[in-house]
Amino acid sequence: MFNDSNKKQIEGRRRFDFYLHLLFVAATSLAVLVLLVLIIDIVIQGAHMLKPHFFTNFPSRNPHEAGLLSAIVGTAYFVLIMAPLSFILGVGAAIYLEEYARKNKLRSFIQLNISTLAGIPSIVYGILGLALFVRGLGIEQLALGRSVLAGALTMTLLVLPIIIVAAQEAIRAVPGTLRNASFALGATKWQTVQRTVLPSAIPGILTGIILALSRAIGETAPLVMIGALTFVNFLPNDVFDQFTVIPIQIFNWVSRPQQAFHDLAAAGIIVLLTLLILMNISAVLLRNKYQRKG
Amino acid sequence: MSTLIDIAKLNLFYGSFHALKDVTLPIQEKSITAFIGPSGCGKSTLLRTLNRMNDMIPDVRIEGSMKISGIELYSSEVDVETLRKKVGMVFQQPNPFPKSIYDNIAYGPRIHGITNKSQLDEIVEKSLRDAVLWDEVKDFLKRSAFSLSGGQQQRLCIARALAVNPDILLMDEATSALDPISTLKIEELAQELRKKYTIVMVTHNMHQAARISNTTCFFLSGELVEYAETEQLFSSPSDKRTEDYITGRFG
Repeated sequence: MFNDSNKKQIEGRRRFDFYLHLLFVAATSLAVLVLLVLIIDIVIQGAHMLKPHFFTNFPSRNPHEAGLLSAIVGTAYFVLIMAPLSFILGVGAAIYLEEYARKNKLRSFIQLNISTLAGIPSIVYGILGLALFVRGLGIEQLALGRSVLAGALTMTLLVLPIIIVAAQEAIRAVPGTLRNASFALGATKWQTVQRTVLPSAIPGILTGIILALSRAIGETAPLVMIGALTFVNFLPNDVFDQFTVIPIQIFNWVSRPQQAFHDLAAAGIIVLLTLLILMNISAVLLRNKYQRKG
Repeated sequence: MSTLIDIAKLNLFYGSFHALKDVTLPIQEKSITAFIGPSGCGKSTLLRTLNRMNDMIPDVRIEGSMKISGIELYSSEVDVETLRKKVGMVFQQPNPFPKSIYDNIAYGPRIHGITNKSQLDEIVEKSLRDAVLWDEVKDFLKRSAFSLSGGQQQRLCIARALAVNPDILLMDEATSALDPISTLKIEELAQELRKKYTIVMVTHNMHQAARISNTTCFFLSGELVEYAETEQLFSSPSDKRTEDYITGRFG
């Protein structure tokens, strides 16, 4: 019964399968390889700069005394302002679009706009932030100046569409049968959202927020646009002070001619990458933890 | 026995689709009424008008009258939240919340404002006893509802519906996702619950309707063809279409 097989044709199919297998492995390796080369190069260049004073000193003209303190504090301010704001606004908008809004043309229009916003280059957000927050649209009382708050609000706008889309996906993944069960017991919409939809969706939402924030803390372009300082040897007293953040500081060091500053930049990149990897790991852990519970 | 639900000249449209046509049907209290008919005949749609679950579907239009205890359901004097408290529903697929067994049962009472722990404990125990699930789960109420078997999950869903103290229980093909033994348990449970509750069920399974219901209603293409005492409908249907359906000539 196995005599009718065409050995040659099968061999050809298998060879084709094998080559494609190789191609896919190569594609994956390339991505991993690039990251590895990047990390190794950076570590070789910057590891010797990672001394305790690097974390406690302000930037300096002397590269061997220069540190990242003001940038680290600036980034921390950013996260503290962005996280709650983008959570409330992003999840609020997602709840409205998924649970309350009627599925009509207006909603599709809003949806299209949000998806488009998520793909707009960050420099454009920088210009928006400059006009809206730094200059307050020309109204002096509303102008925040080149402050931490103006920067963080600009970044919040930048990540908001990403968070809305992520939260929407998480909310949409909650089975409709659970909503029906809740409504059939006499729950209102908000009770259903609060007690059934959000508890199931929150891991996905938090994962989306962490990933969006990790993108935001690595962004440079919009902050250059709104005028983050590059040489800050003080800590912001409040959110209306001027600031710098890690990627801006790296940008500044890279643009100097001396090799020692380039090494400093590499050290800064190590700090930034570590931060990003930690955030990504926490997002994965969070997702796994809740998935097992479900 | 008296009439609890009174449906008169009810028409329902999904957009331009006429899903229920001039349905007039009195439903007796403390009995089991079964809706049978082929897929798409409107039996589930009618069931869902009884707790206004159709409200959430856009473009639904309802004409005619539907009263429970003499009160018009689709009038402004009825709060849909209160209606759904009085008219519980069990769905086709067991749909427990991803919470503990206890929290599943307490969900309804909690949304209606009961926060007292001992009162909730009491409701949970009583509801689980009424759904004949208490002895199986009493030692692990804190466990996830997903740890239960499909049949147990469905009885949990029944207990959850009972926890808000309804008068009417709607069962939308509640056994179609279950194995025969679990189905039998749900059927026995329904027989028991009939003493206290008015049960309206949709079933794909004619034998089930014949086994446990008091009244059977046969639907076809949105029309209520015939309703009668179950025994009578299955032994001597008055409409030719009913006879064709129950003898398996179509459907």
